[in-house]
Amino acid sequence: MEHHGERSQWLEAYQKSPAALSRATTQSGVAIEAVYGSEDGEYPGLFPYSRGIHPAMYRSRLWTMRMFAGFGTAPETNQRFHEIIAAGGTGISTAYDMPTLLGIDSDDPRALGEVGRCGVAIDTLDDVADLYDGIDLSAITTSMTINAPAAVIFAMFVANAENHGIARSQLGGTLQNDILKEYQAQHEYVFPPRPSLRLVRDTMVFASREMPHWHPLSISGYHIREAGSTAAQEVAFTLANGFAYVELARRAGLAVDHFAPQLSFFFNAHIDFFEEVAKYRCARRLWATWMRDHYGALDERSWQLRFHAQTAGVSLTAQQPDNNHARTAIEALAAVMGGAQSLHTNSFDEAWTLPSADAARVALRTQQVIAYETNVSQVADPLGGSWFVESLTDQLGHDASQLLEEIREMGEGSMLEGCLIAIDNGWFEGHIADAAYAHERAVQRGERIIVGVNAFLDATPAPAPVNQVNAEGESLQRERLARVRQARSDDQVRATLSELTSDATDPNTNLMPALMNAVQARASVGEIMSSLADVFGRHQVAPR
Amino acid sequence: MTLRVLIAKVGLDGHDRGVNVITRLLRDAGMEVIYTGLFQTPEAVARTAIDEDVDLVGLSILSGAHLTLAPLVLQSLRDQGCFVPVVVGGIIPESDVTALLQSGIAAIFGSGTSLDHIVSTLEELQVSIDP
Repeated sequence: MEHHGERSQWLEAYQKSPAALSRATTQSGVAIEAVYGSEDGEYPGLFPYSRGIHPAMYRSRLWTMRMFAGFGTAPETNQRFHEIIAAGGTGISTAYDMPTLLGIDSDDPRALGEVGRCGVAIDTLDDVADLYDGIDLSAITTSMTINAPAAVIFAMFVANAENHGIARSQLGGTLQNDILKEYQAQHEYVFPPRPSLRLVRDTMVFASREMPHWHPLSISGYHIREAGSTAAQEVAFTLANGFAYVELARRAGLAVDHFAPQLSFFFNAHIDFFEEVAKYRCARRLWATWMRDHYGALDERSWQLRFHAQTAGVSLTAQQPDNNHARTAIEALAAVMGGAQSLHTNSFDEAWTLPSADAARVALRTQQVIAYETNVSQVADPLGGSWFVESLTDQLGHDASQLLEEIREMGEGSMLEGCLIAIDNGWFEGHIADAAYAHERAVQRGERIIVGVNAFLDATPAPAPVNQVNAEGESLQRERLARVRQARSDDQVRATLSELTSDATDPNTNLMPALMNAVQARASVGEIMSSLADVFGRHQVAPR
Repeated sequence: MTLRVLIAKVGLDGHDRGVNVITRLLRDAGMEVIYTGLFQTPEAVARTAIDEDVDLVGLSILSGAHLTLAPLVLQSLRDQGCFVPVVVGGIIPESDVTALLQSGIAAIFGSGTSLDHIVSTLEELQVSIDP
């Protein structure tokens, strides 16, 4: 392993950081340094960033406590956002319901039973206005977990902010917009991969030109891991997708250092504590190395892998749900020890239901306990130098590199083409399904213990936590949509949709301006997506 | 006789970790398993069940829409003259379990159910309808 960082270089960077004058001690008064290491070892804030992207890590700035929420109608979710902010949450993140994620309106028959169930229902710009009502979008950053209709929801977000007098250039936040992992793991796709990538390109170009504080992409390993992948696969597939987007932006004529600093990542925080810490370390190291050596990035911000983490939904058990508090706390600690920039902690009740307000508050409090009581935030990369963690970091990096090379070979040197081929022939899904199967077999055979599931069972099962989603939510949302359809000008909707489809037929036109016009005319998510599907077609997959 | 099972995903729910794993585990247990793929309508599931002449239909649902979707599949099957048992796998709250069983669902398998239990239940269901 080539080492570029040295203590003297780190010290120089550290002294320029906001944490330079900070002092910390343990609970018993022992002085704590900002980082520990040898004279010639790796250091945080220096290439290849295995130890973190900032010289002082959380002494400069704590991670963003970004709680993911969404259910029912926009006003209900808005109320939850206000509760999260009042409880000390420092970022918000929107969960959309399945119909919205698939670009289907709430009054579409296919949406029956799903409206507002797994997230908030968004049909038109008016819903977005209600969703962020009373929240200062120039002061708090907002994340949107949406992919196939990401460009549409993004246009609604920007239009809504502008309608409230906030310039787009002031907006900070993140659009997930990672369509590649939808074909690989999450399966909320609408259009075939290539036209979907055109939409990703258009949002990246738009953000790089007009929204300097915006992350137009959150390249997500979370869903790949939840679908059953190993840690090394999570790193490799996510970084492969990241490099694919880098190639996409370059093809659109953007210089790598112009857009790469706006990329962000999203990883799982799973239960195997040390492996997770090593995973984040090796992901940062690989990204920095490849961006410099393969993609010619010269700006250090292009080398720095910034990431959000979420504790592992799949690790939560329906049995003995109170045990999930412990799982979430351990997973959150791994994300922090691994240097996350932002974190969502799951609620203990989520194996059963969307989180109740009380459960979500405890999940946020778990982060606050880690941040303010444990002292782990005072030392950058506290596990760096551990024989075990360093060895795991190297091993995961080795395994992930092999997978990355394999994907690039499939694309004959192009990671973008490699990803598309490996989506088309089911290579990603095959790897993920094999790993999920191996895990389940181990659980079934008792080789892998899950407390409360295949060991340490209670004589009387604990009652399931209940959080009834408002049963009238679905009909309420249909009424809301009907009112918007009534009040808008149909001529204007038709005109803006026809401009959109006409722009869509020319692959060189950026669709964001036409999308902004359509959402302002109150065209719905479903109308916009089906207009685009008329041009782009729909993605169809035969079961394997 | 080898049990022939149709495993189906209905509606908008793209979660397929469970369905992929259970498909393979049931094959390991010696069953013939046909998987519909994602995003099926209840009518399409019923048609496939009849075309493939299966002994049993298993629905995998994680989105919470089970109370809407499972009875629709059952209805479609019965409308088309198919009376095979329908079982549901996923996370189903206790209060909904009763409602689903009353609507005619033959068995429900929550997360963490042992494979042995699933296999023996499916075999018993087959015996009970096919003496």
